[in-house]
Amino acid sequence: MRSRLKLALAAFAVLALSAISSAGAADKPDPVADASAFRNYFVKKFPSLKLEDFVNGPYALNEDMRRQWLEKEQFPPYEFSLEMGKELFARPFANGKHYADCFPHQGIGIRQNYPYFDEKEGKVVTLELALSRCREANGEKVISFVGEEMAALTAYMAFTSRGKLFDINIPDDPRALDAYQRGKRYFYTRRGQLNFSCATCHVQYPGERMRAEVLAPAVGILNAMPIYRSEWGGMGTISRRFTTCDSQIRGVPLEPQAEEYRDLEYYLSYVSNGLPISGPGARP
Amino acid sequence: MSMIGSIAQIRLCCLLVPMWLIAGAVSVPAAGSETEFKAAYAAAEAAEKEAGRLRNRWTVTEAALIEAKKAADRGDFDQAISSAKEAEALAKASIFQAESEKDAWKNLEMR
Repeated sequence: MRSRLKLALAAFAVLALSAISSAGAADKPDPVADASAFRNYFVKKFPSLKLEDFVNGPYALNEDMRRQWLEKEQFPPYEFSLEMGKELFARPFANGKHYADCFPHQGIGIRQNYPYFDEKEGKVVTLELALSRCREANGEKVISFVGEEMAALTAYMAFTSRGKLFDINIPDDPRALDAYQRGKRYFYTRRGQLNFSCATCHVQYPGERMRAEVLAPAVGILNAMPIYRSEWGGMGTISRRFTTCDSQIRGVPLEPQAEEYRDLEYYLSYVSNGLPISGPGARP
Repeated sequence: MSMIGSIAQIRLCCLLVPMWLIAGAVSVPAAGSETEFKAAYAAAEAAEKEAGRLRNRWTVTEAALIEAKKAADRGDFDQAISSAKEAEALAKASIFQAESEKDAWKNLEMR
């Protein structure tokens, strides 16, 4: 009788321990598994698409829109911004230095490595933030993260990186993993009076219409940034996209480049690793 | 005091008392409304501040707060109180959302 009791207690202890460890494992972030699950979901949802097609957003999902877009690409609406970005990028600061001096490889063909986790600062640094800091470090006035100059500069830098595959690293640093996890949490958290999360539109309903728009899939969604949007009548940065999304669901947007948005960009870019940069892009 | 003087005093009294009552009836609720508005607005502001701390303010709450202030500025305290109460309810809903989403977001996660 005693041995049975001991056996039962031992079995209970093993079960309890395994339950605790599996709960712990479920809570511990696993970016590699996340990215795999993320991509598999979209591949299963749209079995006729190649993974790299997702960077074209709604154009990958709607044949009529795709044909219109291909024709538009003959004279793309982002062309003026691209020219402006090239000119701004080459123009020297008052101290004689350039944007190129602030970046590896003189800023050419590096879009796929942003955002990155800065281990010195312990925070995520996006391309927009790096450009802004470059200006500040060279005594130039600050420009808006949602303005046309920032859109033009990032358009040019994306253009020089077209075709390169997103290669976002999460260094072996618990702070980097925390930033990734916070970004993921932001992505899935419902907010605003409409009670939507980013995932509501871009995971649950990609390809469906929201009024006149066809919702883009979340995978590869940042590869085309910055974008010219006909709805905006101009170019928009990632900051503009995030803040607009939040206000569209009746949430008060956070300040552009708030830590939450930087973490969100880190997460969304990481789960699109291996997909080509296609920016600057154009959307309806 | 003469009879005529007494009648005049009674008449004056009859005139003044209703005027005083009318004035009181009009001004007392108006003062109360402003006080009530101030209390309602303070409660709404406090709730919205908490929503801000949770990084989850709603545009509609902000709009209701502005509407409350505008209505109070033009002396329409009924509308001002109504908008302030609406703002408070919305702010409380955004707080509830932020708190429940602390764990609920995981239900949407792809695994």
